[in-house]
Amino acid sequence: MLKTFRIGGIHPPENKLSVWKKVSVLPVPAQAVIPLGQHIGAPAQAVVKKGDMVKVGTLLGKSGGFISSNIHSSVSGKVSKIDSAVDASGYKRPAVYIDVEGDEWEEAIDRSDTPAKECLLSTREIIDRITGAGVVGLGGATFPTQVKLTPPAGMKAEMLIINGVECEPYLTSDHSLMTEKGEEVLAGVAILMKAAGVDKAVVGIENNKPDAIAYLRDLAKGYQGIEVAPLKVKYPQGGEKQLIDAVMRRQVKSGALPISVGAVVQNVGTAYAVYEAVQKNKPLVERIVTVTGGGVREPSNFLVRIGTPVRDLIEAAGGMTGDAGKIIGGGPMMGKALVSEDVPITKGSSGILVLPRVESVRKPARSCIRCAKCVQACPMGLNPSLLMNAAEFAAWELAEKNYIVDCIECGSCSFTCPANRPLLDHIRMGKGKVMGIIRGRKS
Amino acid sequence: MILIAIITLGGIGVVSSGLLYVASKKFEVYENPLVAQVQEALPAANCGGCGYPGCSGFAGACVGAQSLDGLLCPVGGAAVMNRIAAILGKDAAGVEPKIAVVRCNGNCEARPRVNRYDGARNCAIAASLYGGETGCSYGCLGYGDCVTACTFAAIGINPATGLPEVAEDRCTSCGACVKACPKGIIELRKKGPKSRRIFVGCVNKDKGGVARKACSSACIGCSKCEKECKFDAITIADNLAYIDPQKCRLCRKCTASCPTGAIYELNFPPPRKEAVAAAGQVSEEKTN
Repeated sequence: MLKTFRIGGIHPPENKLSVWKKVSVLPVPAQAVIPLGQHIGAPAQAVVKKGDMVKVGTLLGKSGGFISSNIHSSVSGKVSKIDSAVDASGYKRPAVYIDVEGDEWEEAIDRSDTPAKECLLSTREIIDRITGAGVVGLGGATFPTQVKLTPPAGMKAEMLIINGVECEPYLTSDHSLMTEKGEEVLAGVAILMKAAGVDKAVVGIENNKPDAIAYLRDLAKGYQGIEVAPLKVKYPQGGEKQLIDAVMRRQVKSGALPISVGAVVQNVGTAYAVYEAVQKNKPLVERIVTVTGGGVREPSNFLVRIGTPVRDLIEAAGGMTGDAGKIIGGGPMMGKALVSEDVPITKGSSGILVLPRVESVRKPARSCIRCAKCVQACPMGLNPSLLMNAAEFAAWELAEKNYIVDCIECGSCSFTCPANRPLLDHIRMGKGKVMGIIRGRKS
Repeated sequence: MILIAIITLGGIGVVSSGLLYVASKKFEVYENPLVAQVQEALPAANCGGCGYPGCSGFAGACVGAQSLDGLLCPVGGAAVMNRIAAILGKDAAGVEPKIAVVRCNGNCEARPRVNRYDGARNCAIAASLYGGETGCSYGCLGYGDCVTACTFAAIGINPATGLPEVAEDRCTSCGACVKACPKGIIELRKKGPKSRRIFVGCVNKDKGGVARKACSSACIGCSKCEKECKFDAITIADNLAYIDPQKCRLCRKCTASCPTGAIYELNFPPPRKEAVAAAGQVSEEKTN
C-alpha cells in the first residue's frame, strides 16, 4: 500500500504532455528584466546602477531583511535602467533591465559538469553560501531557503523531506530534473541534511514517475540515510503539510511550522540549486521551466535564464496554436493567468501553461446544492462552502473561527464543485482580509 | 388535592415574582429617555456613516456629548440635526455636507483593455489577484463593489464608461463605498457651495509617461496645476496631484492648465468664451 496524505484530495487529469522531452537550453535573451522581488518577503535592494557592466552571477540586489533573498544577474551586459516592470500579477515592481552583450560568467563560478559529491564545509559555511547565492524554495512558494534551515530556538529537525511530488497536472520540470540531474540532486540533498542537522532524508515522488523513482533509488544506495518513497498519486500532495502527513504520518497544527513536528521540507529543484550554490559557487540564475498545454505546438522543458520574457519560451516551444486562450504562470491548479507575454521568468516560475480557449473559459456559477464535495476534497479539512459565504458577506470573525488562514489555495474545492462556484476566489480574498485583520491586532 | 396544587403553584409564583423584582432592581440599566427620543428622530438607516454603530449608537453619542460639534447624521443632514438639537436643547453645529467623488476617469476609450478577466465579478477578488484589465493598476476595476455597498442606490456603473457615477441628490456621504473600494478611488469631499467642487480624477502613482500610456486622462504629475494655484491648495506626491478641499477657492485656474484633463470641476456655470479657448479639452458634460 503506497503512502499518501489522509485528508481530502482530488485526482485531476495528469496531462503531462512534455514528459518525454529532454531539457533543452534556451538561448540567452536580448534583454533580461530581473525583478528585485522574486521571493516571499522584502524585495532586494539594488546595488548596481544604470550603465554598470555586469556578468552572469554578479550581485544585482542585496537581501532586504531577514526574510528576503539576494538577486543575481543571469546574463552579461550593461544595466540599461532600474525601473518598474509589470510582474505576473499586473502590478508594477522594481526590476533591473540588462541589455545583453555576450555571455561572460563571473570567474568564481565553476561551470564544469563533473558532479562533486563530497562537501567538507561546516553547517555555517553551507548556510552562508546558500544565503549568498540567493537560493529560494523552487516549488513555487519562493520562501528563502536559509530561513527554513535556521529553525527557531528550541526546535530541532528530525527529518528532511525532499519534495519530488510534482502533483500539478501538466508540469514536468521537477521530473526531468530528477531523471537528468539525479546525482547532483542527491548531492544537494546530502548537503541540505548537513545544513539542517539531520541524518535522515526521504525523497517523496508520486508513482506516476517510475523512471525517476528507480533512478534515484539506485543512486541513493551510495548515500547514508537517503531513502526514496513512492507515493500514491493525489493532488495536492506537493503541499508542505500534505507531504509531511504522507511521509511521516504527522499533522502540522493550525498556524504551526513544519519544524514543530520535526520536519524540514525542500523541493528537488531547491536541492539542485543548493548543490550548485555550495559545490559550484553558482548563484540561482537559471531554472528548468516546462512550457506546455494544448495551446502550444511542442510542449517542452527548457533550462531558462531568470529574466527571460515568457514570449521567448513560447516561441521556442513552436509558438501558440490558433485557438490559444490563456497563458498561465505555473500549473493549472495553482497557477495564475499572466497579463502579458512580456512578463519575465522568475525564480518561482515552474511552468508556462497555454490553454486553448475552450479549456480556459469559466463555466457560469450556479447555486450551491450543499453536496459537500468541497468539504470532502479540502486537504486542510476546512469547509470551503462556509468560508466562501463568510468571505462574500464580509463575516470576517466567522471566517477566522473556521480557519480561513489555513487555506493553502490549492483549488481542490473549485475543481470539484459541480455548480462551478468560484470558491477559491472568494476564500483567497477573505484569507487576505483576515490576515490583515490579525496583523493589525498584533501591532 | 386541588388545594396542594394551588398552594404549590401559587408559592412558586410568589417566590419567582420576588426574585424577578430583586433582579430587575439590582441589574437595572439606566437609559436616558432622551436617547429613545433622539433615535426616533433619526432616519433608522443604520448605515454607520456617522462613525457610530447604527442609529442607536449615534443617539447615545448625541445625548452624551457636551455639544453637537462634529456629530452629523449624513443621511438626515441639517434638518435632522436641528431636530435633535431641539430635543436636547443644544446648538446644532454647522457641519459641512460631504459627498462621494470617484477619482478615476479611465473610461473604455481613455484606458483601453489589455487583457480580459473572467473570474468572479467582484472588485475585492480581482484586486487580490492582479492589477486589472487595463494597463493602469490603480484605476477602477468596474465590477461594482461600491454599488453593492451603497444602501441608498446613490452609485451605479455607467455602462457607457464602465465607471461608477454618484447621484448627487441621493448620496448621503455615509462612506460605505469608500470602504468597499479596494483601490481607494472613492473619496468623501466637501460638497462645496452650490455643489461646486474641483478634484483630481485620478489616483495613478506611476511616472508620467507610464501613466499616460495606460490612460489618456491620467494625472501625470507634471505639477503645472501646482504652479498655477495661488492658494497652495495643490500638492504633488508620488507623481500625483491632490487638491486640498479646505484650501481650494474654486478659482478653476488648475482645470484649464491640466494637459490631460485629469482635473474635474462640477456644477459650475458654463465657462466664458476666453476660458473655453484656454481650457481646450475640459469636458463639460462630466458628472462625477
